[in-house]
Amino acid sequence: MLAFKRFSIGTIWTWLCVFALLPLILVILTSFLTSDINHLVKFPATFANYGQLFNDAYLRILLQSIYLAASCTLICLIIGYPFAFIIARNKSRFRPLLLLLVIIPFWTSSLIRTYAIMAILKTKGILNSALLAMGIIHHPLHILYSYTAVLIGTSYDLLPFMILPLFANIEKLDSTYIDAARDLGASKIRTFIKIIIPLTLSGIISGSILVFLPAMTMFFIPILLGGAKNLLLGNLIENQFLTANNWPMGAAISIFVTLLMCSMIFLYWKSKNKSLTE
Amino acid sequence: MKNSIIKSSYATLVYLLLYTPIAVIIIFSFNNATFSSLWHGFTWHWYKVLFHDHEILTVVLHSLTIGVLASTTAVIIGTLAAVSLFRYQFNGKQLLHGLLFILIISPDIIMGISLLILYNAINIPLGFWSLLLAHITFCIPFVAVTVYSRVTTLNKHIFEAARDLGANDFTIFGKIVIPLLLPAIIAGWLLSFTLSLDDVIISYFVSGPGYEILPLKIFSMVRLGVKPEVNALCTIMLGVTLIIVLLSQSVLLNNKKR
Repeated sequence: MLAFKRFSIGTIWTWLCVFALLPLILVILTSFLTSDINHLVKFPATFANYGQLFNDAYLRILLQSIYLAASCTLICLIIGYPFAFIIARNKSRFRPLLLLLVIIPFWTSSLIRTYAIMAILKTKGILNSALLAMGIIHHPLHILYSYTAVLIGTSYDLLPFMILPLFANIEKLDSTYIDAARDLGASKIRTFIKIIIPLTLSGIISGSILVFLPAMTMFFIPILLGGAKNLLLGNLIENQFLTANNWPMGAAISIFVTLLMCSMIFLYWKSKNKSLTE
Repeated sequence: MKNSIIKSSYATLVYLLLYTPIAVIIIFSFNNATFSSLWHGFTWHWYKVLFHDHEILTVVLHSLTIGVLASTTAVIIGTLAAVSLFRYQFNGKQLLHGLLFILIISPDIIMGISLLILYNAINIPLGFWSLLLAHITFCIPFVAVTVYSRVTTLNKHIFEAARDLGANDFTIFGKIVIPLLLPAIIAGWLLSFTLSLDDVIISYFVSGPGYEILPLKIFSMVRLGVKPEVNALCTIMLGVTLIIVLLSQSVLLNNKKR
């Protein structure tokens, strides 16, 4: 009886220890070492890498990434929330199809979707041709290779990651609460703020985590849509590891991102527990 | 009435937003022109170019190999994980739950660099094995979650009945658990395969010059700009993803109905 239990639990634990926990520990160790030209890392142990995070150059990239990720999360939330609400509360027989149409882009390669945005935004692309033909603009817009392009691309890529958790959450929303609030005389706006938002908060937070974190670290979007100009945290990490060969610094930035992630998960748990106890 | 018109037009608008860029790629992969955003007539030319490109074909073969091996291994380990989490009480159960959850949401780049550091520390050269091990690792949690959501619908008494009738755990797993979970296992395999076929970020860190795979090849092509061959390649990839997603969804949905 015990043999199978031991076998299956042993297999999964061994795999995750070797390929998930051990690497994480190594990243933490690396982040406290000094970079070395021949062996990548060397002693002495130091906090200098973390100190450097607060250098002007790094701090600027850090703030820029957080700013971009926050804007992107907001855009996805504003576009995605009403949309998720509409399809989650749609009772027609097309509902599975409506959901499927969100799942397909969710599973589609974000590289290819980024490439599609490139094709749309380029100077001689569809957007400019259409706008020129309609006479709305007279000179092609140079959106590609700008901050705006990175923001558009990131939001487009991550929109399904916002919609799906929201959908799952809004689907479970008990409409009797809404009816009760309305019966008791609450206005539509008040019902929305006091009832609907708190009840769907855990969906909002999990959607935001799934958008915010990749938005900071998807390094190919700034490369493809931002030219070389709009460096974000993802590019910085990639650069430290593959170009500058400063692994300790790259590891320190990665640990910072991981800590950010953990604090967001903590927030998520709190909101979830809160909504359970209420 | 007015309300429902606003709702459906808003939903339509978002769907258009999601699908227009993809549609543009597909349409222009059949356009008979190299650098134009105007329609110059239908052609298969760009697909023919792809199918005569030996380098692309090799890279596709590499990706399929990694995809099949990684999803098969991930399905085995992920299913074991999901079943253990459901059936057994053991130390660190919560930790395992948490770890799988964190692996799903943690940014790809973190897994990429941490595996790079690991491979460097234990001397695994970057190439076939480093890619395969990485792909298995990022597929496991997705399989575990897919299978777990199905396993929780099983009746625990089935296991007891089987055991009373003299079956040991290996028999129970092979004769009862696997057949009952088969739809979720198939869906998990298909989704892992898509993940493996599409992964750029993690593979970017753990691949070597000796073993190139398709998403990285597409990345290096895309860096050079928008080209009709790339449109054609992306269209094929989109088609493959579409088929896989439809298959996995229909497998899961059919089973729910039963």
